Amino acid sequence: MRDEALAAFTSAGDLDALHAAKVAHLGDRSPLRLARAEVGALPPQARADAGKRVGGALRAVEEAHASRRQVLEAERDARVLVEEAVDVTLPWDRRPVGARHPLTTLPERIVDVFVAMGWDVAEGPEAEAEWFNFDALNFKPDHPARAMQDTFFVGAPDSGVVLRTHTSPVQARTMLERKPPIYVVCPGRTFRTDELDATHTPVFNQVEGLAVDKGLTMGHLRGTLDAFAEAMFGKGVITRLRPHFFPFTEPSAEVDLRCWVCHGASVGDPANPCRTCKSEGWVEWGGCGMVNPRVLVACGIDPDAYTGFAFGMGIERTLMSRHNGQDMRDMVEGDVRFTLPFGLEV
Amino acid sequence: MRVPLSWLREHVDVPAEHTARDVAERLVRAGLEVEGIEPVGDVSGPVVVGQVVSFVDEPQKKKTIRWCQVRVAEGEEPRGIVCGALNFAPGDKVVVSLPGAVLHGGFEIAARKTYGHVSDGMICSSTELGIGEDGSGGIVVLPPDAPVGADAADYLQLRDEVLDITPTPDRGYALSVRGIARELAAAYSVPLRDPADIEPATSDDPVWPVRIEDSTGCDRFVARGIVGLDPARPTPAWMSRRLALAGMRSVSLAVDVTNYVMLELGQPLHAYDMRKLQGAIVVRRALPDERIETLDGTKRELDQDDLVISDESGAIGVAGVMGGASTEISGATTDIVLEAAHFEAAVVSRGSRRHGLLSEASRRFERGVDPALPPVAAQRAVDLLVQLGGATVEDGVTDAGSPVLPATLRVPVDLPARVVGVDYTRDEVVRALEGVGCRVEPDPAAPDQLLVTPPSWRGDLAAPFDLVEEVARLDGYDRIPSVLPLPPASAGLTEHQRARRRVGRALAAAGFVEAPSYPFLGDADLDALGLSADDPRRRTLRLANPLSAEQPALRTTLLPGLLAALRRNVARGAVDVALFETGLVFRVDDGPLPQAPRLGVDRRPTEEELAALEAALPRQPRRVGAVLAGHLRRPGWWGPGEPALWADAIDAARTVTGAVGVALDVRADDHAPWHPGRCAALLVGGTVVGHAGELHPRVVEALGLPERTCAMELDLDLVMADLPGPVPAPRLSTYPVATQDVALVVDTGVPAADVEAALRAGAGGLLEQVRLFDVYKGAGIPEGKRSLAYRLWVRAEDRTLTAEEASAARDAAVAEAGRRTGAVLRGA
Repeated sequence: MRDEALAAFTSAGDLDALHAAKVAHLGDRSPLRLARAEVGALPPQARADAGKRVGGALRAVEEAHASRRQVLEAERDARVLVEEAVDVTLPWDRRPVGARHPLTTLPERIVDVFVAMGWDVAEGPEAEAEWFNFDALNFKPDHPARAMQDTFFVGAPDSGVVLRTHTSPVQARTMLERKPPIYVVCPGRTFRTDELDATHTPVFNQVEGLAVDKGLTMGHLRGTLDAFAEAMFGKGVITRLRPHFFPFTEPSAEVDLRCWVCHGASVGDPANPCRTCKSEGWVEWGGCGMVNPRVLVACGIDPDAYTGFAFGMGIERTLMSRHNGQDMRDMVEGDVRFTLPFGLEV
Repeated sequence: MRVPLSWLREHVDVPAEHTARDVAERLVRAGLEVEGIEPVGDVSGPVVVGQVVSFVDEPQKKKTIRWCQVRVAEGEEPRGIVCGALNFAPGDKVVVSLPGAVLHGGFEIAARKTYGHVSDGMICSSTELGIGEDGSGGIVVLPPDAPVGADAADYLQLRDEVLDITPTPDRGYALSVRGIARELAAAYSVPLRDPADIEPATSDDPVWPVRIEDSTGCDRFVARGIVGLDPARPTPAWMSRRLALAGMRSVSLAVDVTNYVMLELGQPLHAYDMRKLQGAIVVRRALPDERIETLDGTKRELDQDDLVISDESGAIGVAGVMGGASTEISGATTDIVLEAAHFEAAVVSRGSRRHGLLSEASRRFERGVDPALPPVAAQRAVDLLVQLGGATVEDGVTDAGSPVLPATLRVPVDLPARVVGVDYTRDEVVRALEGVGCRVEPDPAAPDQLLVTPPSWRGDLAAPFDLVEEVARLDGYDRIPSVLPLPPASAGLTEHQRARRRVGRALAAAGFVEAPSYPFLGDADLDALGLSADDPRRRTLRLANPLSAEQPALRTTLLPGLLAALRRNVARGAVDVALFETGLVFRVDDGPLPQAPRLGVDRRPTEEELAALEAALPRQPRRVGAVLAGHLRRPGWWGPGEPALWADAIDAARTVTGAVGVALDVRADDHAPWHPGRCAALLVGGTVVGHAGELHPRVVEALGLPERTCAMELDLDLVMADLPGPVPAPRLSTYPVATQDVALVVDTGVPAADVEAALRAGAGGLLEQVRLFDVYKGAGIPEGKRSLAYRLWVRAEDRTLTAEEASAARDAAVAEAGRRTGAVLRGA
C-alpha cells in the first residue's frame, strides 16, 4: 500500500494529478486510512505492532506527498504563473480622480490648528447687516471702507445690507451669542469690489480668530500667531508685529513673516532680488490687535472685566505664499488642472 | 507721501551714516508703511560752486554765446568756459562741472574746443543737474553766499533718497514732514526741530471778513492777506526741487508756497486772488441746484451735503477738496487772501468721493489735520511769500471759529502693561506718551492714574486704549512676549462642520473636482436654465453696485457657476469633467426685505433689534451642486467606457447623503433645468431637498454644453437638518444565508423604487438584502411591461432557515409587490 502510494505520488505529473493521488492514497477511503481504522479491532497484543506499522506507513506517505507537492508547486510557479503574467504598467484610469479645492482645504487645515489648541469654529452669513460688518466693529459712518468702491451693497444702497467685506462680523455675532471665555476661529468667503487680476479677486477667503477672556494681552496674541505660523509654515518661521490701524482693534498690528525664500538676504542687494518678498525681507501675512473696547461694548461685553485679541489672514495670500502660487485667476476659474494636484487635503 | 531724506534731516539729527533704509526700518517699526525708497541724483565727479568773474558776448550765426572767466576755487586763476545761456551777470555764483564730471543722464564733461575756445568745463542748468526745470530758462544762479569751490552736489543736495511713506488712516498728522520727523525723532530718541515752532501774528482786526455758518463742517478758518507780490519772481530751485521730489509740479511761486507749506506742516492752504473775491467769505452747505467750476476746469453740480466756501458771487470752493476757478490766482495776481482752515474729516471724505476728487488737501483732511495749525501754517506761507516774492503782509488777521482740541484722559499707569503684556515702568509710560507730544501729569486724586492730554494733532487719541498703542509702539512691538493662551476645553468641530467636510471628501473620492465659483448671476443665466417666470430661483437680490452689468444679482442656485466652469474646462481641452461646489445661495421667499435698522454702538442691541437685523437678511441656505459630462468611467484598453449618465448625477446626490449619514429617496419629477423624463426629485425624510438627472437638451444647447450633460443640486442645510445620532452596531448572524431570485413583470410606468419597497415590506424581518440585478424588455414580455429581476438574501439570527421558510419569505415579498404595484412573477 505504502509503495503503491509513493509510486502514485512520484508519477503525478501536475498538481491536479497529485491531488487525485492524494484522495486515492490518503483520503478517508484510502487503504491506509481504512487499515488504520481496523487496527483498533485487532487483539491487544497485535494492536501495538500493527498500529506502529500502519502509522509509520501513513507518515511516510504524507511526507512523500508533501515533498512531491513542493516540487510540483515550484514547477507550476516556474511555468504556469509566468504564462499568466500581465503588463502591470498598463494604465488603469477608468475612473477619473477628483479633488477638493485648496481654498476649501487650506482653511480646514488652519481651522484644525486652532481646534487642536481648544478653539471653536464659528461661521456667519455672507450677505450681512452693515451693523455687524461695520458699526459694531467701530467703523464710523463715513469710513472710506464703506464707500461704494470697496463694498458691495445688497439691494438699495440704503438697505443696510452688504456682502461682508471681511469675516469680522462673525466675531461680533459670536460675542453677542456667547459669553466669555470665547476662543473662536472664523473661516469664510468675503467680498470687495476689486476687479479680478493676477493679485486681486472680488471674492476671496479669510480666516479670523477672536479670543475674549480675563487677562488676555498682546503677548497672548503674539503667542497664538507664532504657534499658527509654525503650524502653517514649519518650525523656525519668524514673525514680526508692526504697528498698524484697524477700527476694531487697539492697539493694532500687522503681522509679517520673515521671507522663507531669501531670509532677508535680498534686502539692499539689487543683484539678488527676491520675488517672494520683493526684496523687503518680510512678507505681509495679516492684521491683528487687541479688540477695541468700543467693539466689546457694542457686543455687550464688559471691557473692564475682559480683554480680547483678534487676527485675520487672507487665504488666497496664504495659499500663494505657502504653495508659491503665481496668479490669482488660476484659483477662481475652476480649472481642474489647478485643483487636481491638491488632492483631498493641503 | 514722498519725502526726501534731506528734508527730514533738516528737522531730526539722524546719524550721518544712516541711509534711507535705516530710517525706513525705524519708521516701519513705528507703524508707518514705507512703500519704497528711491535714490535720486546721478551727478558725480567734480561739480563745484563757481563765480563768474567776467564774460564777453560773442554773436554766432544763430545765437550769442558767452566766453566766461569763472573762478572755481578761492585764490585760483579763473577758467575759460563757453556758455550758451544769458541769464547771469558778472559776480553771480553758478554751478560748474569740471572735466571728469558726469551729469544727469550720463553726460560726461571734458575740456573741448567749441566756438573757437577751449571750454574748460561747463556751467550747469537745473536739467543737466537732474533737478528738473527751474523756470529760469538758463543756468542755475546760486544765492550770493554760496561758497566758491564747495561741492555743488552737497550744496544743492543733488544726491538724495526719497522715502514713499503711507501713514495709517487714523494718523493724518504723518502726511507731513513735520509729522514724519516727529516719529523719527521719537524713534531715534533725539529732539525734533519743529518747523511749526513759529509765533503767528495776531490781530483784533480781521484781514478779510469770514463767517462760518456750519460749525460742524468747519471749526476754524484763518485768513491772511498779502499785497504787492511780484508775479515774475520764480520759485527758488531748492523749493521746486523738493516739490518735484515729493511728486508735485512747480506751478508759480504763490501756488508752490502753499504746496510746500502743506508738505512741510500738513496744513492744506488755499490762495484766493484778493481782487476776484466779492465780499465776505462764508462757509456753508451748498444750496439747492448750486454749481461750481473747480480749478481743474470741471463744472460740477453741488450736493446739499457739500461744504462750500462762498462769497457774494456764490460757491468759490469745495471745502477741503478743491478751489474754484473764479477766484483762482493767475500769472498776474499780486494780492492774495490765504485760507488755512480746519474742516471735519467726514464732510471732506464724503465730498471728495461724491465728486471723485481725491486731492492732496482732501487726503489730509479726511485723515485729520491739526486744528491748532492754521495760524502757524498761514504765517509760514506769508513769510515765504514776503521773503521770496517781495510781497507785503496786510496787518489784519482773520481767525474765525473755535476748534475742539483733544480732551484730557485719565489713564491707569498699569493699563499699557495689562493690555500689552510688557511690564512697562511708570517712567517708560510717561516717556512714550511725552514722545508723541502728550502732556502727562500725575492725577492728584489717584496716584496710580495719569492725566494725559494728547497734542492738538492727535485727534485720534480719544480713549485710554489709544494711548496703550502709543506706549507699545514707541517702546517697540518687538518687546511683546510670545505667550500661548489656555482656552477652556472644546468639543472641536460641530457635527454639521464634520458632515460638510465628509461631503466634500466623498464627492472628491467619487471623481468630482471642487470648483468654487463667484456667487453672481444675471437674468440671462436664469433664462438659459429655462426657469419659468414664477420660479423661486428668479427672485434674486440685486447688488446696488455690481462689478458686471451681466451678473448684477446674487445666485439663487449653484448651477450657473458650475456649468460655466464646466464649459470653461471643456473649452480648455478637458473631455471628461465632473465638478462640484458647496456654497451659500441667497433666497428671498416672499416680498421685499425690510431695511436693516441703523443701530447705535454704545450698548448691546436688544433681542428685538437683533431680530430686526436678521429679518433684513436674505435666507442663505448652503447648497451642494455637481455637474458632469463625458465619461465617469473612461474607455481604455480594458474595453468601452460608460458615459456620465443621469444615474451618475443621482449617485452624486447619494454620495452626499451617504456622507452625511441619511437615506435618500428618489422619485420622478419635471423640474427645470432638467430633462423632463430624466429628472429625479431627491427626498430626505419625505422633504424634497433637491434634484438630479440629465439636463434638458434646450439648456444644453443654450449654454453650449457637451451633449447629455448631467447635474445635481441639493440643499445641504435640509439634508443635514436631522443628523442621525450614533449608528447602532449591527448584530451579525453566522447562520447560512439563503438566496432567492424573482423576476417580476410590471407596467413600465411603475418605478423600480416602489417595487423594491414592496418586496422589502413583504419579505419581513428575515430579509437581509435585496438587489435589482436585471431590467428586461423584449421577447416574452408584453408591450408596455418590463421585467425586473431581484435577488433576495434571507437569513435568521438564531437558526438555519429551512427551504420552506426562505420560500415563504420570497412568496410574501412577491405577493406584496403584486398588491402594491401589480407585479406578477415572470412565467407565472
